Amino acid sequence: MNKKYDSIIIGGGHNGLICAAYLAKAGRKVLVLERRHVLGGAAVSEEMHPGFTFSVAAYVVSLFRPHIIRELELAKHGYEVIPMDCSFLPLPNGDSLARWADPQRTRREIARFSKKDSEVYPEFSRVMTHMGKLAKTVIDYPAPDITSINPKELANLFRLGKTFKDLGPELLHLNIKLITMSALDFLDLWFESETLKAPMSVSGIIGTFQGVRSPGTAYVLLHHYMGQLDGAFRSWGFSKGGTGGISMACARSAMSYGAEIRTEAPVKQVLIKNGKATGVVLENGDELNAKVVISNLDPNRTYLKMVGKEYLEDDILKEINRFKLRGSSGKVNLALDSVPEFSCRPGDGDHIRGDIAIAPSIDYLEKAFDQAKYGEFSTRPYINAVIPTLTDPSLAPPGKHILSCFVQYAPYHIKQGAENWPKYREAFGDAVVDTMAEYIPGLKDKILYRQVLTPWDIEQKMGLTEGNIFHGELSLEQLLFQRPIAGYSKYKTSIPKLWMCGSGTHPGGGIMGANGELCAKTILTSRAI
Amino acid sequence: MPIQTPFFPRTSALCNSMNWKEWAGYYAVSSYETLHDSEYFAFRYSAGLLDITPLYKYSVKGPDAAAFISRIVVKNINKLGIGRVSYCCWCTDDGKVIDDGTVMRRSEHEFFVTSAEPCYSWFSRFLRGYDVELKEISEQIAGLALQGPTSRDILKHVCDADLDDFKFFSTRLARADGYDIYVSRTGYTGDLGYEIWVENKHALKIWDAIISAGKNFDIRPAGLDALDVTRVEAGLILKDVDYYNALHALIEGRKSSPYEISLGWTVNLNRDPFNGQAALKTEKEKGSKWAIVGLDIDWPQIESLYNRHGLPPEIGNRAWRGSIPIYTGKDKKTQVGYATSGTWSPILKKNIAIATVEKKHDMIGNELQIEMTVEHKRYTVSAIVSKPQFFNPERKTSNPDSQKS
Ligand SMILES: Cc1cc2nc3c(=O)[nH]c(=O)nc-3n(C[C@H](O)[C@H](O)[C@H](O)COP(=O)(O)OP(=O)(O)OC[C@H]3O[C@@H](n4cnc5c(N)ncnc54)[C@H](O)[C@@H]3O)c2cc1C
Repeated sequence: MNKKYDSIIIGGGHNGLICAAYLAKAGRKVLVLERRHVLGGAAVSEEMHPGFTFSVAAYVVSLFRPHIIRELELAKHGYEVIPMDCSFLPLPNGDSLARWADPQRTRREIARFSKKDSEVYPEFSRVMTHMGKLAKTVIDYPAPDITSINPKELANLFRLGKTFKDLGPELLHLNIKLITMSALDFLDLWFESETLKAPMSVSGIIGTFQGVRSPGTAYVLLHHYMGQLDGAFRSWGFSKGGTGGISMACARSAMSYGAEIRTEAPVKQVLIKNGKATGVVLENGDELNAKVVISNLDPNRTYLKMVGKEYLEDDILKEINRFKLRGSSGKVNLALDSVPEFSCRPGDGDHIRGDIAIAPSIDYLEKAFDQAKYGEFSTRPYINAVIPTLTDPSLAPPGKHILSCFVQYAPYHIKQGAENWPKYREAFGDAVVDTMAEYIPGLKDKILYRQVLTPWDIEQKMGLTEGNIFHGELSLEQLLFQRPIAGYSKYKTSIPKLWMCGSGTHPGGGIMGANGELCAKTILTSRAI
Repeated sequence: MPIQTPFFPRTSALCNSMNWKEWAGYYAVSSYETLHDSEYFAFRYSAGLLDITPLYKYSVKGPDAAAFISRIVVKNINKLGIGRVSYCCWCTDDGKVIDDGTVMRRSEHEFFVTSAEPCYSWFSRFLRGYDVELKEISEQIAGLALQGPTSRDILKHVCDADLDDFKFFSTRLARADGYDIYVSRTGYTGDLGYEIWVENKHALKIWDAIISAGKNFDIRPAGLDALDVTRVEAGLILKDVDYYNALHALIEGRKSSPYEISLGWTVNLNRDPFNGQAALKTEKEKGSKWAIVGLDIDWPQIESLYNRHGLPPEIGNRAWRGSIPIYTGKDKKTQVGYATSGTWSPILKKNIAIATVEKKHDMIGNELQIEMTVEHKRYTVSAIVSKPQFFNPERKTSNPDSQKS
């Protein structure tokens, strides 16, 4: 009865599913075990209110690797992403700024705030496109191991070095700045208008417990410019049917190659015999064996829950405890009776079909961060909102809409203690709705249903430790060959035969699929199975 | 100078980009906004509404109507059921394609034919001996294509037809708000979609009705630039781009048989005489010289070519038309054909093309080389032969019940 699998993957997040698809495509016998009744992990769609399908957590896509779409035939299996045309910034004084895909239209918008900035803007995009090329070299390959003298590693390192060198001195210099500067300082090199800088700078703080003035946040900015490189021509997009649509396309692809997927099959522990992983034990006590076990969970969960302290050497344990999770964001999803209209630009036009930022000034963002530093959620938070139903009407009944609000800061460690978050959940939800209602008069009367996810809820519901949306902060010391811990950046763990494929590995979080893909390819090329 | 279609008051008000082109003597919108891609995504994601009035339209009526059309086109229209639509082409005596279009059987003795070229004169050459009335109605009838996954839901709110039980390539009369329309489940996007035919005097009414019903289903007016991307993804060929009208071709080499332009499946050879029958029989036996194929052009190679010049890939997001040499062989110097149109497919993340290649190179999976100019320098990039139909969603042909199962 106990079939022997080549690999068992713990967790059916998009990375686990992609890893499964690649292994199954290569002819391996694969089993995916997902704790919940739905697949997708943080990239999940669920009907939370009759007729309303929410992208419960992740809501937009940018970094998904296009070669994965080709290699796993994801379009055939239902992968559909439509780019967003606009980034909209409503302002409290009744003004607003909309940045469009159409460069001339954007130039005129920005010129209302700064003529100089409007002309510098395309230059900035040009430079960031070049920088993005570098990031692509980083993302599409396993992290080079700088301590190794293995020729393959050196080749990897060389490729990285060459891309750096090809940037030329001017860009190289900028790149070094990019790595060490704060998002805001970096933008200051280019722009003068706060109205432009504020919404641009927030890309540097998404998912981190840092402010736009914190050093190192400039690097995260870069992630926003990478999607453009792949012939997609736009960075961000909506997935049809919500972000769960992507996960389901990955699942269908995996099954088409013969992978087996079980839901409601929580894993209790990794089975370890003679120091090696040999399979898993389910919560229901079943034991399943496999040649290798792959964890889609974050590093914390993988090492501390699935493996357990008793199997970890001291230095590994220390590293894992040092690994920063520090969730800092929450999510509020609203089902609405009609289109939310902004008082500064009424109507349901194209300006609200993309992302909508509540980031009216740098001070606003800093104040929001200040509260978080002292263990409170921001009463006037940074919000990245979208109305996906304007683009994908199938998500709600005709004429009804969804307003999805990604909210920062909502620190996991509130001063009352993380476990007390449930007591403050509704207050947090109210702060978000109050903030949005300042821009959308009548919002409160339109709300048919409200879902509030605090970082505590994200941890409980999605299994993301401390509610960190990226399985670990994307800060410089936790990237590349240091992700998740130095010496184990190549999807291996300190336990032989146990691998990792989730966002806590290189190249980091977000719906990009690279972690799952690179893990599978590393396993296959190293002939682990 | 081009003239206006009956929808012009609406299309011109919406065409922010002022980006028009001429189509069969009419003004036609290329794209409503500066960038056409939201219109493309409307076709693939929700619904796009396109003015297709410039198509040529004919009414063929009378007891011999089916026999008459069967005499002209390569398909046996006698067998076409009432309420069904046939896509086919028509040929010269030597079996070379003149044009392609749709034939819709509205009743036993009543047909509606669309074409890309004016064909009245060609059709009327064969009238003698048939009890039919052939009328060109191009300027009396306006047409709209409503295409995309939500098109069915929109159209349900506009007319009384039962669209849940309406097969791909069917047509029927329907009642809109006080006037009649013909609806056909046809289109040029390779997606779920409909074409709607209406008398000119009701044109604005139907436009307004569709746009207003479409509001809740994210409808967008769409232009020809968006259409062009979808038609290449769907592998649908275009006259004067992927092949020439045999009557207009200046040299023999520009003429093609249906077999050579991937329309062999529309030919019913063994039946009463029709134009080109003998020539097509011979070609069928002896084999054709050319074949239209799809090409999947290697994207990583393109990326690395651009990378060599320190550039990110610069592939326009518009579909292109032209003629690009296709090679084979180790030396990559033997030319075996040419690509005639292509596009970056945003949905497939692939660079694809429609090409004419020597028949012996048309096997699926075959690796050919396509010429590519990067930063003023010529290269070749490998391209894998595939079916021209790159994108073919189930919803194109399914009905709601069958979709669920
Ligand atoms: C609120 C929020 C908003 C976000 N917004 C965006 C966005 O807009 N765009 C973007 O690109 N990224 C976004 N992200 C980040 C992105 O969603 C994640 O980085 C990514 O989805 C993680 O994918 P994964 O496959 O690595 O892991 P996960 O999706 O976390 O998958 C892990 C899976 O393992 C399962 N699991 C856990 N424990 C067990 C067990 N014991 N046994 C079996 N299964 C188990 C979980 O249920 C889950 O399905 C967001 C994340 C959050 C939380």
